[in-house]
Formats: sequence, C-alpha cells, structure tokens
Amino acid sequence: MSDTQTTVEPVRMGRKATQPLLIVNDLVKTFGNGVKAVDGVSFTISPGETVGLVGESGCGKSTTAKLLLRTLDPDSGEVKFGGQDLLGMRGRALRRLRSRFQIVPQNPQTSLNPRLPVRSSIEFNLRAHGVPKPERVERIAEVLEQVGLPGAYGDRFPHELSGGQLQRAAIARAISTRPELVICDEAVSALDKSIQAQILNLLAEFQKELGMAYLFISHDLSVVEHISDQVLVMYLGRIVEDGTGSQLWNRPGHPYTEALLSAAPGAERERIVLVGDPPSPANPPSGCTFHTRCPIAIEACSTKRPLLKPTAGGSHAACIRTTDLQQP
Amino acid sequence: MNSRTSQLEADQTIDLRLDNPDDGSGSATQDSAAREPSQPAARRRKMTLTTRVSAVLTFALFAVAILAPIVAPYEPDIGDRSQRLLPLFSGSHVLGTDGQGRDILSRIIWGARPSLLAGVVPVLVAALVGTALGLVAGRGSRRVHSVIMRVLDVFYAFPAVLLAIAIAAALGSGISNAIVALSFILIPPVARVAEAEVSRVRSTDFMEAAAVSGAGWWSISIRHVLPNVAPAIVVYCTALVGLSIVYAAGLGFLGLGIAPPTAEWGLMVNDLRQYTFSQPGIAVVPAVVITIASLLFNLLGDGLRDWLDIRSEAQ
Repeated sequence: MSDTQTTVEPVRMGRKATQPLLIVNDLVKTFGNGVKAVDGVSFTISPGETVGLVGESGCGKSTTAKLLLRTLDPDSGEVKFGGQDLLGMRGRALRRLRSRFQIVPQNPQTSLNPRLPVRSSIEFNLRAHGVPKPERVERIAEVLEQVGLPGAYGDRFPHELSGGQLQRAAIARAISTRPELVICDEAVSALDKSIQAQILNLLAEFQKELGMAYLFISHDLSVVEHISDQVLVMYLGRIVEDGTGSQLWNRPGHPYTEALLSAAPGAERERIVLVGDPPSPANPPSGCTFHTRCPIAIEACSTKRPLLKPTAGGSHAACIRTTDLQQP
Repeated sequence: MNSRTSQLEADQTIDLRLDNPDDGSGSATQDSAAREPSQPAARRRKMTLTTRVSAVLTFALFAVAILAPIVAPYEPDIGDRSQRLLPLFSGSHVLGTDGQGRDILSRIIWGARPSLLAGVVPVLVAALVGTALGLVAGRGSRRVHSVIMRVLDVFYAFPAVLLAIAIAAALGSGISNAIVALSFILIPPVARVAEAEVSRVRSTDFMEAAAVSGAGWWSISIRHVLPNVAPAIVVYCTALVGLSIVYAAGLGFLGLGIAPPTAEWGLMVNDLRQYTFSQPGIAVVPAVVITIASLLFNLLGDGLRDWLDIRSEAQ
C-alpha cells in the first residue's frame, strides 16, 4: 500500500521533470524465424508526456510494446523505467515495477475477461496493487464515473457492452491503479470515428488530471499526431523520424512520413502512393530499408544505413535526402 | 456497501447451472429494466430437447444406482435354482434370470454402482490432474511446455485400452485398481484439451493486461485462466465419462475389475456370454445397458457444448 503511494508521487510533482520516465536504448528483437521485428529502437518518455508510435502493420510497433511490458524478452538493448533497469528484473521486483504501467489493448472485445463482470476485472488490478477492499469498491465507482460509465455497468459482463463502452471500461481499469505510464496499443483503431474522438478526449483529460504519460501506438498518423507531444514514425523495425506533431505535419523530414501524411483523409497534399508491400522483415533491404519503395531514393540509399539527424523542420529523420525533401 | 461486495463475490463463480436462465423471470427483467443495454444481452441459447432428456436420464441413472437397495426387486447376489435362465419379460423377472437364477434387472441396478463409479471417478481425477498439467504446460516456459507435452505424447503412443489393461493387470484385479488404471489413461487427453484452451486464453488481450497488473501467477490462473478454460474441459469430461464406462466394463469383462459374486456390467457381459445361443435375449442386456449409459453421457456432453456455446471468445 505505502509503496504505491510513494511511486505515484514523483509523477504529480514532475510535470516538467527533467528526468525521463522511460528510457529505451537501442532495443533489438529478432524472432526465431529471422524476422527482425525491432531493430535498434531508442526513445524516451518524460512524465506526463504523450509519445505516439506510428507505422504500418508489421513494422514492429506492437513488438516494441511487448518488449516494454516484458511479455517478450529483447535480444539486446536497454530499458530504464524510473531510473531502474527493467530488463534485468525478475520475479517479484519485475512485477512491482511493471505494475507502475498499464495497458489499454487494441481489441475492445478481448481486452476484458469475458467471464468476469467489468467491476471484477478492475478489482483484480486493484487487488494486485494491494489496495484494501473498502477502498477498492470506492475506487471502482470513482473510475467508472470518470470514464463516463454508469455505476450499474460495473455489474455487466463484457458481452453486454458496446465497443466504445468496453474501451471505456478498459481505460477505467488502466487508470484505476494510478499508473505512471499507460501503453495504448491501437486503443482506438477498432472504434468508430466519432467514438474514437470521445475516447481520445477522455485520455487527454486524464492526462491533465492525473499526470500520467502515454505511449500511444497506432497505424493512423492523423490520430497520433493530434494528441502526441512527440511522434515516432517506425518502418520495418526502425524509427525513421522523430519529432513533434506539428513539425512532422509541416515539414516532414522523411519520405515515409510524408507518404503517411498524404494518406490521411482530408490531407491537403499530393497523395503519395507507395508501391508494393513492405519488404519482408526477415530479409530487410540493405542500407535504408525504405529505399525499395521510396519515391526519391538514390543510389547511395541502398548502401548505408542512415541515422537519425536533426532536420531543418525541427524533427530528427533517418534519411540522407532530407534536405532535398524539405526544400520549399 | 456490504451487500454489494458479497454480490460481487457471488457473480465471480462460473455459471454452469443446468436450469435455463431464460425461464427465470425474477432478477433478469429487473436488471434490464434499470438501464437499456446497448447490445442484446443473454446470448445463452435454449437447451435442446435431446440435451434435456439426456440430462434427466443421466440424473435418473445416478438416482437408481444410489437407491439400488430400494429400487431393485430382488437380491442381486442370491439366485433361485428353480428359476434359472428365464427369458425376457417372464413374469416378475422383467429382464429374465441368469445361470444361477439371479434376477438380471436387480443385478443391472446394483451393477450401476461400480460401473458408474468406474466411469466418473477416473474422469474426475483426470480432470483435476489434466487441467493442472495443461495449465502448467500452457502457461509455463517453452521448456516446461515441451517436457510435459512430450511425456504425454509417450502415453499416446500406446492404445489407451491396452495401456489400461496393462496397468490394471500389473496392479492386480479389483475395482480400485481399475479406477487407478483408468484415471491414468484419461489424463493425457484431458491435459491436451486443457493445454489447447490455456494457450488460446494466454494470447488474449485481457491476459496481457492481467500480467501487466503485477498480479502473481496463481491469482491470474485462478481468476482469468480457469474460468475461461473450465467450460470446454467440463464438456469434454462429460463425454469422457461415457468412454470411461466402456473401458471399465472392458476391464470387468476381462476379470480385472470387481470380483465375481458382485454385480458389475462388464462382468455380467462375460457371465451371460455363454448363453448367447440358448438365451440370446438376456445375453445382450448388460451390453445394451452399457451402450445406453455411454451414449447418454456423450449426448449430454454434446448438448452442453452447444448450450454453453463454447465458442472462440473472439468470435
């Protein structure tokens, strides 16, 4: 009990904290079949910040999340959460540290246990945090109200709720334990546009109120760009661009980012259609992995792997042709 | 507050009742009147007639076995020499009498006790052990998984009946040894079903959320895994009782079950076999009874599966 209290404290204090909450350094994961799902990913998340992770399916977004949650073990790299080494942890210590973050999974239909009433699903998390019984009941009522579900819905089973209601319940569960970091893995992708907006607003409200950080994973740049302080664009296991939403929107530093932006509905830019499917991550192209589909690729792109470098637009991009791309 | 929390506890138990919730008019209507759900609730289907009938008959079968002293018209082990080998429907001996003049109906009724015992107990043991193995295999590391599953595969290499006979023969005859042998051979199939179900549940989103909650292995297993794998295992085991009854009768037939004067279905088949040509009616009685009992459990298992709507939860 008492340690839940102390772990919550720094978040509240540190809206402008200088020490990052999560540091990910050069994370690599290759699966047994040779698929390089995550290939040297590095980023940081500060307390109270929203970081968006964007890319098409199969680019390693969800694998990255799984590595952070330690449901998968990385081959190499470093993950520090609140100054502690997450990867070196085992057993009880890992469980305790891991309980400081929560997830909102992708599919609302499976994110709650179908055989438990919503209330019990939330209570399970609270009990795992050592919250005593009377307080659990109180807290459940509180979070249900916060996500806008009438208290009676707590006694319902998941199959009695709609997709939007289920996602609200999943969010209620995630915030009930007052986490410092919430990982939203495609949390709104399965919902209607109108409900998407509601859920996004809800998440933004909680952030203001409770000061937690989000890692927001999505394939939809228009969703992420809206709510994120920082956006990471991922392609074939690598981060190809890293910047604020407006930086990316105004002056993308990587052709892939530009292609993603042009695909968003209502984008007032020339549509860039990428040819073909992404190459197999088991056998990624040499040099810049995007060169096979890049509209502005040159000879040199296929030989040397570009690193993230600052661009004129303010973002960091891994592309040797950034300056040409950003010319007005 | 107190009543609400106790309600919460009650709701958490798995609902496997046999009565049809659609018939209950009380609390359900009250609840839905309180607030309009946005999606139709109560997806549970109606039980089919076959399922209802087989459930009632199964219940009756157990009742008859338990009430044998009251229901049976004659002493099962004491015959009347003057009434030997009466055919079916002969006066007060509805199913005839055997070579020692014992009433076959009474012997069938008394024989239901060891036969059902050898049908149910091994399945219960196998359900417990098999589920535990499946849980550990399905949630354990890759190494634990392969050790458990490969060992189970070894048992699959032998035909189940032969294995049961070998074990029962090694242990010596007697009903308890037959039960041990049957329990042993039923564990691998239950464990396989449990492992498959656990693996299915393990990859769901709510399991990931539970793991991240910081809860321990046991509490996740009990609250999240078992309630989701239990229905499929219960259904499978119900049908398995039918198989176990047949196996038990097989062991009894070979003399590896209960000792002779006592009535037992498998033993009775062997005993009456010699009258196949002289008195064919009575010779087939125990075999028919075994078939019916086994069929009942199979039908019940099938019906339960449809009724509980064992589906892939993701739809």
